[in-house]
Amino acid sequence: MSDKPKIGFYWCASCGGCEESIVDLAEDILTVAGAVDIVFWPVAMDFKKSDVEAMPDQSIVATFINGAIRTTEQDEMVNLLRRKSQFVIAYGSCAHLGGIPALANQFPREQILKYVYEESPSTVNDEKTRPATSIDIKSHTLTLPGFHKLVRALDQVIDVDYYLPGCAPTPKLLKEAVMALLQGKLPPKDSVLAPDIALCDECPRKDSKPTDVAYTEFKRPHWTLMDATKCFLAQGVVCMGPATRGGCEALCVNGNMPCTGCFGPTSRVQDQGAKMLSSLCSSIKPTDEEGIDAVLEGVPDPVGTFYRYGLAASILRVKVNKE
Amino acid sequence: MQTRKVTIDPITRLEGHGKIDIFLNDEGDVDHAYYQIPELRGFEIFSLGRPAEDMPQITSRICGVCPTAHHMAGTKALDALYKIEPTSPAKKLRELIYNTFMLEDHALHVYVLGGPDFIVGPEAPKEQRNILGVIGKVGVDAGKRVITTRRRLRELITYLSGKIIHPVFGLPGGVAKGLTKQDLPKFQELAKDSLDFALFTIQVFRDIVLKNDDYVKMITSDAYTHQTYYMGLVDENNKVNFYDGKIRVVDTEGKEYAKFSADKYLDYVAERVEPWSYVKFPYLKPLGWRGFTDGTDTSLYAVAPLARLNVSDGMATPKAHEAYEEFYKILGAKPVHHTLANHYARVVEMIQAAEKMVELINDPEITSDHIRVIPFEKPTVGVGVVEAPRGTLFHHYETDERGILTKVNLIVATQNNSARIAMSVDKAAKGLIRKGQISDGLLNKIEMAFRAYDPCNACATHALGQMPLRVNIKDITGNIIQTIRR
Repeated sequence: MSDKPKIGFYWCASCGGCEESIVDLAEDILTVAGAVDIVFWPVAMDFKKSDVEAMPDQSIVATFINGAIRTTEQDEMVNLLRRKSQFVIAYGSCAHLGGIPALANQFPREQILKYVYEESPSTVNDEKTRPATSIDIKSHTLTLPGFHKLVRALDQVIDVDYYLPGCAPTPKLLKEAVMALLQGKLPPKDSVLAPDIALCDECPRKDSKPTDVAYTEFKRPHWTLMDATKCFLAQGVVCMGPATRGGCEALCVNGNMPCTGCFGPTSRVQDQGAKMLSSLCSSIKPTDEEGIDAVLEGVPDPVGTFYRYGLAASILRVKVNKE
Repeated sequence: MQTRKVTIDPITRLEGHGKIDIFLNDEGDVDHAYYQIPELRGFEIFSLGRPAEDMPQITSRICGVCPTAHHMAGTKALDALYKIEPTSPAKKLRELIYNTFMLEDHALHVYVLGGPDFIVGPEAPKEQRNILGVIGKVGVDAGKRVITTRRRLRELITYLSGKIIHPVFGLPGGVAKGLTKQDLPKFQELAKDSLDFALFTIQVFRDIVLKNDDYVKMITSDAYTHQTYYMGLVDENNKVNFYDGKIRVVDTEGKEYAKFSADKYLDYVAERVEPWSYVKFPYLKPLGWRGFTDGTDTSLYAVAPLARLNVSDGMATPKAHEAYEEFYKILGAKPVHHTLANHYARVVEMIQAAEKMVELINDPEITSDHIRVIPFEKPTVGVGVVEAPRGTLFHHYETDERGILTKVNLIVATQNNSARIAMSVDKAAKGLIRKGQISDGLLNKIEMAFRAYDPCNACATHALGQMPLRVNIKDITGNIIQTIRR
C-alpha cells in the first residue's frame, strides 16, 4: 500500500446517481485515482466489512457516504466508517438531507408493504405472502434485512464533517472537494462544500427576478408555457431558487424548468421549506382565507414542493402515523 | 446431515444490494441457489397525493444509472394521463434524447461493465478484467475514444435535459427545451462520430469475440441458456423501437404470443410474491404462475437487448439491420435463448441508436420551437412504456381531476427478468459446484450469469475495478470452513 491518502466511498439507500456522478469526472477520474488510494468502494473493489474492521481507527483520510439510512445494516456500517475515518463527507442530497427516499416518512411502513405485495394492480397474491426477515424453505433458512420505520439523513446517525450537496453533486464540486482535502485547505467543520449563495445569485435569469410581487395564482408547469428567459417566480411558477444554495450553476433552469431545491439551504437558513413558504406566502395578494386558498391551489403538494429533498433533516422530519 | 450453505454477499448493487445463498445437499451438490434482493424503497406509495407532473423527476430517482428511462416512461404516462400527443418536433427531440441515452448507456456496459468479460476474457487475471484491461486490449487511443464519446453524448443529453443525472425535460404534450440552430452543427458532428463509434464497436466485437471459437462456444453453452418467452416494443413494421410502439411477446419457438398497447399491460403481466426476496417476479398472466421453470411449459418472459431482437422482425435502420442478420446467422434461428448473447445484441442496438441520432439531428423539424402543447383534458389514467436499456419499463398513474396521484404502479425493467436471473444463478451454481468442490472460477461465472441481463447491478463505478464477491462456505452450525474472495 502506498503513502497516498486513503479515501473511501460508500452507499446506503440511494439510486446510484451519486456513483455515476463520480464516473462523470470522465477524463479527470484518472487524475483523482492517481492522487489517492481508494481503499474501498463496494461496487468497484474487493471490500469487506471485516477489512474495514481490521483497519486502525482514523486510518482513512476521508470517506464519502451517499444515500439515506433506512436499515440496521446501514446503521452499523456508517458507525464503523465513522470510527475509521478522519473525515466523513455526506455526499449528495440523500446523505445530506434525506433526499427523495425520505418522502416515504409521510407514510407508514405497513402501507408500503401492503400495497407493494398485496394491493398493486399487477400483483397476484391470494395467499398474502410477504418477504420475511427469516424463512425456512425445504429446511433451508433464508434471511432478509429488516427496515427502520423512518428514513434518516447521515448526520442523524453519525457525526458528519462536511457535506457535498446535490442530486447528484456535480463533478466540478467533487473535484474541488477532493483537491481541498489533498491540499489541506478544508473550511471549518460542518461546512457545505459549495458556494454559500442562493441559487438566484448565479441564475442566468436573475435580472428578471421580481423585487415586489403579489401572487394571484401559482401555475403548475404542465399547464404553463414557460418563457425561457424570464424568472420563473415572475411567471408565477414556484421555483425553489431563493431558498436553495447555488453551486449547480442553475442546471434545471438551463433545462427551462424551475429549481426543485436539491442543494438544500444556505448557511443562513435553518429550514429550507419554511424559508420558501414564508417568502411566497408573504407575497400572496389576497388577504381573505378563501382568496388565499384559491392561490394555494397551485401548490397541491406543499411537502413535495418545499421539502422534496429535505424532509428527513427538516423541522417537520416525519408525519406521525397512527398505525 | 451435513447441510452446507454458501453465501455470496454482497454480489453487487441492484438499487442497493444483491445476495446469493447456495444450499448444498448431502453429496455436496447444489440443492438450490437463491438470488435475493434485499431492498425496497416504496416509490409507489410515497408518490401518492403528489401532482402527477412531478413524477418524471421523482421516479428518475429509482435509478441514477438510467434516470432518463424512468423520466421518459413517466413523461409518456403523463401524455396518456392528459390524453395529449406531443408535437412532432417534441417527439423527435424526445427520441433524440432517448437514442443518445441508449447509445451512451450501452457503451458503458460494453466497455466498462459486462464487456470486459469478453474483450479481456472471462479467465483473464481479475486485475485486468475492467476498463483498464479493455484499454490494454483495444489500445489507448480507442480507450480515450470511449471516454470522450461517452462524455460528448452526455453533453447533448445535458443540453436538452438540464441535468444528466436526473433530467428535467419531460412535460405532457412535449418537452421543456428545444434545440437552437446555432448549436445544431456540433451535435450533427457528434451524431456522425457516434455512428462511426458504433460501427467501430461492432468491429471490435467481431474481431475479439466472434473470431474466438471458445467465446462463441461459451455464449451458446447450455449453462447460459434458458428457453422462455420474450417481450419488447416494436414499431408498426415489427421493427425494434426503444421509445414507442406496441409490446410484442413471442413464445419459446419465436411465434407471436401477444401484441398489445401499453394501456393493456395488466391483461398480460402479473407479479408473483416470494417470501425470500423483496423483488416481485413478473410472469405472463394468462398462462398463470408456473414456477421457476423454463421450456415450453414456462410462463416466464425475458426483456432487454436479446429479447428486443427476438420479438422483432428486424432493426429499424439499415446498418443495424445488417448486423441483426449477421447476429442470427452466427447464433442460429430466432429466438436465440443464450443469455450471454445479450452482449452481442447490445452492440447491434448501439448501431440503431446512432443511426437514429443521425436521422433525427438532420431532421428539419429538430430546431422547431413548436415543442409543447398545453393539455386541457381532465386526467384519469395513464400508462407509459419505454424500452429502458435493460428492458421494458412500465409506469402506470391514476389521478383525481386535479392531476393528484391516487394510484401508482411501476414494473421496472430489470424486475421483468428477475425470475430468469434467479434461474440463471441457480443453473450456473449447479453446473459449477460438484461434490462440494468450489472453484475460484465460480465467482466470475456466476457474475456473468446475471451481468448479461443487468448492468444496473454492476453500477458505473465498476470502472475502476470489479464487483466485490465473497463466498463463505459454512457448515451446519454456521462456522465458516472456507472463504473464497476477490
